[in-house]
Amino acid sequence: MKRRLVVIGAGMASGRALEHLLSADPGGWDVTLFNAEPRGNYNRIMLSPVLSGEKTYAEIVTHDDAWYAAQGITCRFGEAVTAIDRAAKTVTGARGTVAYDKLLIATGSAPFIIPVPGHKLPGVVSYRDLDDTNAMIEASARPGGKAVVIGGGLLGLEAAAGLASRGMEVTVIHLMGHLMERQLDPAAGYLLQKDLEKRGLRIHCKGATKAILGTDRVEAVLLEDGTVYAADLVCMAVGIRPETRLANDAALEVGRGITVNDQLCTSDPDILALGECVEHDSQLFGLVAPLYDQAKVVAATLAGAEAAFRPVQTATKLKVTGVDLFSAGDFAEAEGREDIVFRDPARGIYKRLVIEGARLIGAVMYGDTADGAWFFGLIKDGADITAMRDTLIFGPAYQGGAQTDPLAAVAALPPEAEICGCNGVCKGTITAAIGAGASSLADIRATTKASASCGTCTGLVEQLLAVTLGDDFKLPAAQPVCACTDLTHEDVRRLIKSQGLKSMPAVMQELGWKTSCGCHVCRPALNFYLLADWPLDYTDDAQSRFVNERNHANIQKDGTYSVVPRMWGGMTNPRELRAIADAADKYAIPAVKVTGGQRIDLLGVKKEHLPHIWADLNAAGLVSGHAYSKGLRTVKTCVGTDFCRFGTQDSTGLGIKLEQRLWGAWTPHKVKLAVSGCPRNCAESTCKDVGIICVDSGYEVGVGGAAGMDLKHTEPLAKVPTEAEAIELTVAFVQLYREHAKYLDRPYKWLAKVGLTWVQQQVLDPEIRAGLIERFDLSQTVYQRDPWADRATPAAQAAFAPLADLTREAAE
Amino acid sequence: MTDAWLDIGALDDIPRRGARVVKTRHGCVALFRTAEDRVFAIDDRCPHKGGPLSEGIVHGNAVTCPLHNWVFSLETGMAQGADSGAVATYPAEVQQGRILLDCARLIAGRAA
Repeated sequence: MKRRLVVIGAGMASGRALEHLLSADPGGWDVTLFNAEPRGNYNRIMLSPVLSGEKTYAEIVTHDDAWYAAQGITCRFGEAVTAIDRAAKTVTGARGTVAYDKLLIATGSAPFIIPVPGHKLPGVVSYRDLDDTNAMIEASARPGGKAVVIGGGLLGLEAAAGLASRGMEVTVIHLMGHLMERQLDPAAGYLLQKDLEKRGLRIHCKGATKAILGTDRVEAVLLEDGTVYAADLVCMAVGIRPETRLANDAALEVGRGITVNDQLCTSDPDILALGECVEHDSQLFGLVAPLYDQAKVVAATLAGAEAAFRPVQTATKLKVTGVDLFSAGDFAEAEGREDIVFRDPARGIYKRLVIEGARLIGAVMYGDTADGAWFFGLIKDGADITAMRDTLIFGPAYQGGAQTDPLAAVAALPPEAEICGCNGVCKGTITAAIGAGASSLADIRATTKASASCGTCTGLVEQLLAVTLGDDFKLPAAQPVCACTDLTHEDVRRLIKSQGLKSMPAVMQELGWKTSCGCHVCRPALNFYLLADWPLDYTDDAQSRFVNERNHANIQKDGTYSVVPRMWGGMTNPRELRAIADAADKYAIPAVKVTGGQRIDLLGVKKEHLPHIWADLNAAGLVSGHAYSKGLRTVKTCVGTDFCRFGTQDSTGLGIKLEQRLWGAWTPHKVKLAVSGCPRNCAESTCKDVGIICVDSGYEVGVGGAAGMDLKHTEPLAKVPTEAEAIELTVAFVQLYREHAKYLDRPYKWLAKVGLTWVQQQVLDPEIRAGLIERFDLSQTVYQRDPWADRATPAAQAAFAPLADLTREAAE
Repeated sequence: MTDAWLDIGALDDIPRRGARVVKTRHGCVALFRTAEDRVFAIDDRCPHKGGPLSEGIVHGNAVTCPLHNWVFSLETGMAQGADSGAVATYPAEVQQGRILLDCARLIAGRAA
């Protein structure tokens, strides 16, 4: 008999608890999950990257609809619970009552709003959930907007940095004397303030908010000292309080939070609670690591196993890109405590250790946080540091003799040392996973969850891989695009989107290009990124394209060109063949060849003849085959059901449909497709960027094949029953590749970086897929044009000819 | 040798950061127009494998050969970076929107 579990709240803690419970006891529970937010579990600590535009909501979802469905969980999202009846053991929401054997309260916390005059004006938001984040993103869409963030703690600063990266003018008002006073000492707080001010934020410490001004909506913020800051948006991030209303109403024991024991049981043994809404041993919990520990204990308690929650020390990092700070333990000044301080003002580095007796009890670091995990380990373990006190501040590399290898620090960590704070993963767990075959960051994330949440420990995990695997692991070095910038392709793509940069001068200005107009490496990449991201706003720049794309033909070694007309799906007819033969005669084409992609190549065309041969071929109904483009090249096909005795579907027809949908689309690199009518694979679909194999029951769509410098078999993306779905998947995949890949990475290289699983999550999600297809089709309204037709004009013919001919001028 | 400045065409006949060629008896000369509307004339032949420099991407006062990415200064004709070699340069200038080219050497042929 299944037992009934009702969960109130779909946050990170309850999501993790359900995961533990259902994997330990699949099918043992009949779960109903209530959530006041109209959506399921997502990684709330990643809202800051969503706000700054570095991630999308889809990327931070931890449990998607498919997961709930697979676990048989009844989801009641967007439905707030109104009452708990402990006597009847029922929970009531807006759409009815449900009975439970066990109830788990995970209502989290609510943002604290300072009740100053004007706090209810439209335009005042808190920073708690996706709706708040979206409201802020929306507010930042208007150019020149001003935002005031009240609260200079972790959350407030992340909000401020996010709004600033979206182009708002941001002021942070903080009541205390320095930023993040709970985590930082005044010196580190000063460095942080200086760093943020350099990024354009205005910081006002010792500022008490008196009122929020405005008539119909927020207009300004007034401080006690009389300062007024204009504001189109006010974000209150001054703190949170446990959400205990339901527990109070149900007469559960509540202090500051819902009181729980070591097993996370409330005063009612059938009701458990976890997360930010609970109080354990007079302590509240706001960081994610202890919540995940609680999730383990809840799952064990529900399963009838022995477990007890023991809160551990936690460390803090600020998730603002480019700001390195670390804080752990207690660093307040007190009797009997001693400080070791290290400052390097030129490099902006500050480290402070607080020692009591023979133990390290606190650490604050700014600018260089590489040793944070090691110090944190010493604090947690209460290690005796007497012997290394002289060199302690220099970190693990200097303990036991001078070592210069940075990896030695990681090698020196004991197996119990915590690497990933979010998920409570220690070094031993990771090295065990490596021993079991994990050899990449993606493997580690999949098997241990380390570095899979906020990602600040990614460097440490990579170092561990390097130490453990030795030469087998190559640290992925971040290569800048070219000598014109220090930014990587990924950075540039992200910043173009998050800062709304819509022209090449804007990119070069805002991102600090070191050259006046770029070079032959960065300009083609920027041109592609801009046209892929802003198809309606950006004007394609011919002078930033490689000669082939500028002249719509392939340049050959002697400076002549080759011309390839499009043959949809590889099909042609006598009329087209006659036109091609006539053109070959008329322009004295020295070589005619059939390409590997089932098209005819006319080799050796002179540049000034290009517009003329295009005009002739156009007149016969032929268009450019884009055999030169970083775009769709060919869709190779076999004859399928029309003639073949093995063919299972109309592979030629599908190939033609795909080619007609995709041609003219610019992509990071060339894209080749093929459709085979049966697994005998005469069209060689299994080594294409997208290859479709028709089978009796439908279409197997594979992606990421290659037959160039690397030889790779496609990986299965999905199998679908209808032709329409096969086309949809292909279009969505190509658009995802257009939106995310680095210029000149073929799909297989990009896939290796992002992982097939992520790509599947995107293109198989109906909503995300529809968005991708919509954006692709929008872009095609601009770019699906035949370049030959556009340029087969007298003006183009003149532009392709020499500017002057001096051969007939007489010598003086 | 006397100067022989010829009006070759309008500045707007060449796209910004682009090039056009002028045919001469000893091969093509490429006329480049930079982002700042300066005009340079150099031989349209990369000394490496003969690539048409007029089809390269123009950046600053330099051009990248489309065949193997050698980069040449438009001012001096010298190969940049690790490559060595040079292309001939010719005096060219812009007056009132017209491109003037010193054609003495171009008309006379290589011997001049």
